[in-house]
Amino acid sequence: MIMMEHVCKSYRIAKRNAGFREACKSLFFREYEVATALSDVSFTIGDGEMVGYIGPNGAGKSSTIKILSGILTPDSGRVLVDGRIPYRDRIEHVRQIGVVFGQRSQLWWDVPVIDSFELLKDIYSIPKSGYRQNLEELTQLLNLEELLRTPARQLSLGQRMRCEIAASLLHGPKLLFLDEPTIGLDAVSKLAVRDFILKLNKLHGVTVILTTHDMQDIEALASRIILIGKGRILMDGNLSDIKKGNADIDETVAELYRSYNI
Amino acid sequence: MKYLSFFRMRFAVGLQYRIAALAGAVTQFAWGFMEIMIFKAFYRADASSFPMSFQAAVSYVWLQQAFLALFAAWMMENEIFDTIVSGNVAYELCRPVGIYDMWFARNIAGRLSRAVLRCFPILAIAVFLPEPYGIAPPASPACFALFLLTAALGLLMTVSFCMLVYVLSFFTISPAGLRILFVSGTEFLAGGVIPLPFFPDKVRFFMELLPFAGMQNVALRVYSGSMSAGEIKRAVLLQLFWLVAVTGLGKALCRLAEKKITVQGG
Repeated sequence: MIMMEHVCKSYRIAKRNAGFREACKSLFFREYEVATALSDVSFTIGDGEMVGYIGPNGAGKSSTIKILSGILTPDSGRVLVDGRIPYRDRIEHVRQIGVVFGQRSQLWWDVPVIDSFELLKDIYSIPKSGYRQNLEELTQLLNLEELLRTPARQLSLGQRMRCEIAASLLHGPKLLFLDEPTIGLDAVSKLAVRDFILKLNKLHGVTVILTTHDMQDIEALASRIILIGKGRILMDGNLSDIKKGNADIDETVAELYRSYNI
Repeated sequence: MKYLSFFRMRFAVGLQYRIAALAGAVTQFAWGFMEIMIFKAFYRADASSFPMSFQAAVSYVWLQQAFLALFAAWMMENEIFDTIVSGNVAYELCRPVGIYDMWFARNIAGRLSRAVLRCFPILAIAVFLPEPYGIAPPASPACFALFLLTAALGLLMTVSFCMLVYVLSFFTISPAGLRILFVSGTEFLAGGVIPLPFFPDKVRFFMELLPFAGMQNVALRVYSGSMSAGEIKRAVLLQLFWLVAVTGLGKALCRLAEKKITVQGG
């Protein structure tokens, strides 16, 4: 179970105008602006739920994921995931969760993917039998057979993303955070990733929290949608709540964004 | 066990690029040869004014080149800086391991695997070079044992210093400045440019108290027996003291950094 109560988070950003003079000036007088990423965010997510977390760029989606996975410390508020405070019990917490950042890589660039997996096995102290079983299942579901022996640098984005997702699940977490897992993928890879996430949820009851800009992802995966804009939760419901008649899903969401002025 | 697998991984990465390993060995060999030629010229001018015999200086140079990867402060893990600058550190923080310990292990592993890949060709050639240009055997079995001990401590110290730079880059955002400052200072003070015995006595006294002397100078001098028992004991104690102090400082800074961390790039 995930619970966030009145969570706030802000960043300090150094700003200056264009030009060399301004650059020199900023050496001595630096202007900072405080950007609020999250202000008073609260929600609860139960076990086995699949939640789509949507909102425009810069709305605070990734910040939320990073707080929930123990990477960032919120400025204020209460966060509880399965009874743990993520940022305080980071090491204990991350043992139980899987995280995929669609725009980053956790595979070692130069060596075959399987080497990265073996390293993760040791880092997470996954027992041998459990590791073999998970690896077999992931290999089969994500169709990795051919990829495991290839160096990560020679994989296509779609192939790499499948490996990244597998890497995040080797230790069999009950909770999975996906931060834009389908970004930049072609249609086939997208479908493969969606299909896999659905199966994972059905077979193992894994709780999935997913951020994305691809509304087809949401349509295919999320039974519940949380909409965030300018750091605030604007809506918490399901797809049928926002869908009007036969309107296209992208249109619907764009309309939704406009109506909240975000 | 956890940390051993970093060694396996780094070793695998090292083996992946065979030509790079070979090129490294050749570079170190050429560099060592050049240094020896310079010393040769100095010694020809007046051999009696130097604190070490020419043979000992030559052994110092060859060992230094063979085990460069263990003690060279400038050989830092670029991937670690990259993860901090690009924000990929997010993934590192998703691992159930303390970030300091993980990077420490990773650095040790990286240095050891590089050294293993490179030291054999250099040592093999240096052994067969005609006297006095080749490497001499250790002064005694005891010296060799002490060499291993002080080398291990030196490696740990070098890594704990590099860790300071990694951790501080969490605060400075760009690691470039820190790196230059740190690397140039350390190389000089650690006896990487000129072996410490060649410095004037008063300067040397202070340099040997500083942590940098323990990084490589001690081990390389112990090998050829150019330190007395008392000096060695003092040097080992200093190594231990600085190791504990620098690691402690690094860990404290790391805890602070983890609390205030910002992940760059969205």
